[in-house]
Amino acid sequence: MVAHLLSLKWRLLLNGFRRSPGQLVGIAIGGLYALGVVATLVGTLVALRWADPETAHTAVVLGGAAAILAWAVVPLMASAADMTLDPSRFTTSAIPMRQLLAGLTLAGFIGLPGMSTTIVALFTAATWWRSVPAVLGALLGAVLGVLSCVVLSKVITTATAGLAASRRFKDVSSIVVFVPLVLMGPIVAGVFRGVSGSAGYLPELARTVSWTPLGASWSLGGDLASGDVAAAGLKALIALATLLVLFAAWNVLLKRALVAPPYSGGSGKRGGKLGLFGLLPGTPTGAVAARSLSYWIRDPRYAASLIVVPLLPVIFLFQSAQSGSYSLLVILGPMAAFVLAWSIAADVSYDNTAFALHLATGVRGNHDRLGRALACLAFALPVVLIFAVGPFFLTGEWGWLPGVLGLSLGVLFSGLGLASIVSARYTSSVPLPGDSPFKKPPGNVAQTLAVQFGGMAVLFLLVLPELVLVLVQSVTGDPLWGWINLAVGTVLGVALFVVGVRIGGRWLDRRGPELFAQLSVNR
Amino acid sequence: MSVQLPGSPLNSPVPALALRGLAKRFGAKVAVDGISLDVPAGSFYGVVGPNGAGKTTTLSMATGLLRPDFGTAYIHGVDVWGDPLEAKKLMGILPDGVRLFDRLTGEQLVTYAGLLRGMDRKVVAHRVGELMAALDLSGDAGTLVVDYSAGMTKKIALASALIHAPRLLVLDEPFESVDPVSAANIRGILDNYVASGGTVIVSSHVMDLVQRMCDHVAVVAAGRVLAAGTVEDVRAGASLEDRFVQLVGGGNQSGGLEWLRTF
Repeated sequence: MVAHLLSLKWRLLLNGFRRSPGQLVGIAIGGLYALGVVATLVGTLVALRWADPETAHTAVVLGGAAAILAWAVVPLMASAADMTLDPSRFTTSAIPMRQLLAGLTLAGFIGLPGMSTTIVALFTAATWWRSVPAVLGALLGAVLGVLSCVVLSKVITTATAGLAASRRFKDVSSIVVFVPLVLMGPIVAGVFRGVSGSAGYLPELARTVSWTPLGASWSLGGDLASGDVAAAGLKALIALATLLVLFAAWNVLLKRALVAPPYSGGSGKRGGKLGLFGLLPGTPTGAVAARSLSYWIRDPRYAASLIVVPLLPVIFLFQSAQSGSYSLLVILGPMAAFVLAWSIAADVSYDNTAFALHLATGVRGNHDRLGRALACLAFALPVVLIFAVGPFFLTGEWGWLPGVLGLSLGVLFSGLGLASIVSARYTSSVPLPGDSPFKKPPGNVAQTLAVQFGGMAVLFLLVLPELVLVLVQSVTGDPLWGWINLAVGTVLGVALFVVGVRIGGRWLDRRGPELFAQLSVNR
Repeated sequence: MSVQLPGSPLNSPVPALALRGLAKRFGAKVAVDGISLDVPAGSFYGVVGPNGAGKTTTLSMATGLLRPDFGTAYIHGVDVWGDPLEAKKLMGILPDGVRLFDRLTGEQLVTYAGLLRGMDRKVVAHRVGELMAALDLSGDAGTLVVDYSAGMTKKIALASALIHAPRLLVLDEPFESVDPVSAANIRGILDNYVASGGTVIVSSHVMDLVQRMCDHVAVVAAGRVLAAGTVEDVRAGASLEDRFVQLVGGGNQSGGLEWLRTF
């Protein structure tokens, strides 16, 4: 039975390669990345063989503890968590518990994360290639440690299976995972500085961690190398006990999961709350705006495209704090304007076939366009104004304010107008409704890139007047050009906005069915 | 607005839906091969056919969702492809296999459908309340549609199609994955609607249902109409299911699968 589960997992992994060339390329890239990480870590571990025992012990224990933590946390965040051997799928197969546990544990090693962790862990033996007991201890520690990694992640995924199946949890976690990714630069720099500042503190931390379930198994090699047999014995017991407790917990959770498969879905809620539909005007335009705004709030795919915006100032402030000059901050306004305006360029693609409702009700194209653009404008305008004005409190170069404001408003309004045209004519491949915002979308990637970059190029041409005026102001130094820019940006922007909504609306009226046919391809 | 339709008998009243030479090709496959059909006003019309017969394609072309390669459709005499806005006012549609704006609550979705049609907010609010009650969805009016069951999703889509009191209802597979109680509930609503002068077109491949529910039926296969008329005429004494299999061909395979009797 254990062999069956293993071959099933292996088969699933191989079949993953067959699905499409794109998938194959993705897996190849993932594989290369994992190979690079593994090679680096193995190289480090081998190099540590010649380091002094204290440093080696610190590195191995803290690295190992980090690995266990990662195995616990990552499956929670990654919406694409590996559920290929989801226990609830074995509900009907009547597999003895003991064999199911053994099979699922071993199957956890098949796949990139399992294999990589195992290889790296085994190479701790190279670090402790100093005496026979040390090598044996390191190997035992590696086995215990890697098993703890796999079983802990199984305990966590089984315990949260019910939670993870709920829509709301998926929505939130799929966005939250994005925050550390965007802030990767500042975080890495901060951790690096923190580590180099408190290097003396680390061995102490490692010694403490080595007595906890997180670090006990990784400490065996180091303790035996320094001849501390008693500590090694105790830590082996701690590691073993950890593993047993984890297995017992998993056993209990799995039994529960098998008899009571997670129920997804909430309890009914009575109506009476129309939300934005009750607040905005009861016209087709108002309804489209209310619907769009509801989606900006509720659909994680929209929220994911917005999450960059509050993080922009954080990144720029960090950069400025390091370089000591805040003048770069003034591009925050135009940049936020661009990101926000362009976010509706794939609006109809996000609707997917739900767009059929617009087609069936015969809503006018320009009502559709205007509603969507106004919904975006409702929060984009205040944000852009704040982002455009805010930096000047730091730089104090107020003479630049009108020009920057003009450019920001120009980008925002021209961008919304252009995006209204683009999304009325071209579809982009975006994640399907209900999918994770970061899942690879189906459909024609080449067309998406062409539409996105082509659109951005056109937008650059449209805001060229404002850009030239900024240039003129910086050359002449005359603030009058900034005031001209403010007027030009506002007037030209709003004019282009109106034209965009009109043209987009007319195209939508004429080509609605064709657009719908394009949308139906990717569903 | 009404015009004399090409090819329709001169004396008959304007049909609720008239298809004239509708044809659609997807690549090399001809999905609909020149369908002409009259659906009399006030009828409960069933469109039956095997999977892939072109039912959904035909209904999409008749309702303005899919542009035909040839031919057109008339709703109460209004050309769907010549004057789409006017035609869309007259009909409510329930397309099969399309998504809904499912991050809205049930109540919001139906309200949205009403407001998109330019209806007054007060009227919409009143009708939404009654529709939710009639379809037994009041208890879940505030739940997001994405959390609805398959049957509830069909019902909320039906409510969105009914909100503007259309003269013609075009429902593609309205009873798929709907439980028997809800199905009976929906049938009751549709029967009343037809009794008061409305016209309903349903597509289905459940023959029993169509025979019991509809007064007219069209049998479609391979993109053509094989038979059309009142249910009595089409089934000609046999059950609709037998007549359908006879018309479409195939079936009657009782050989093979001997092992199924060996246990």
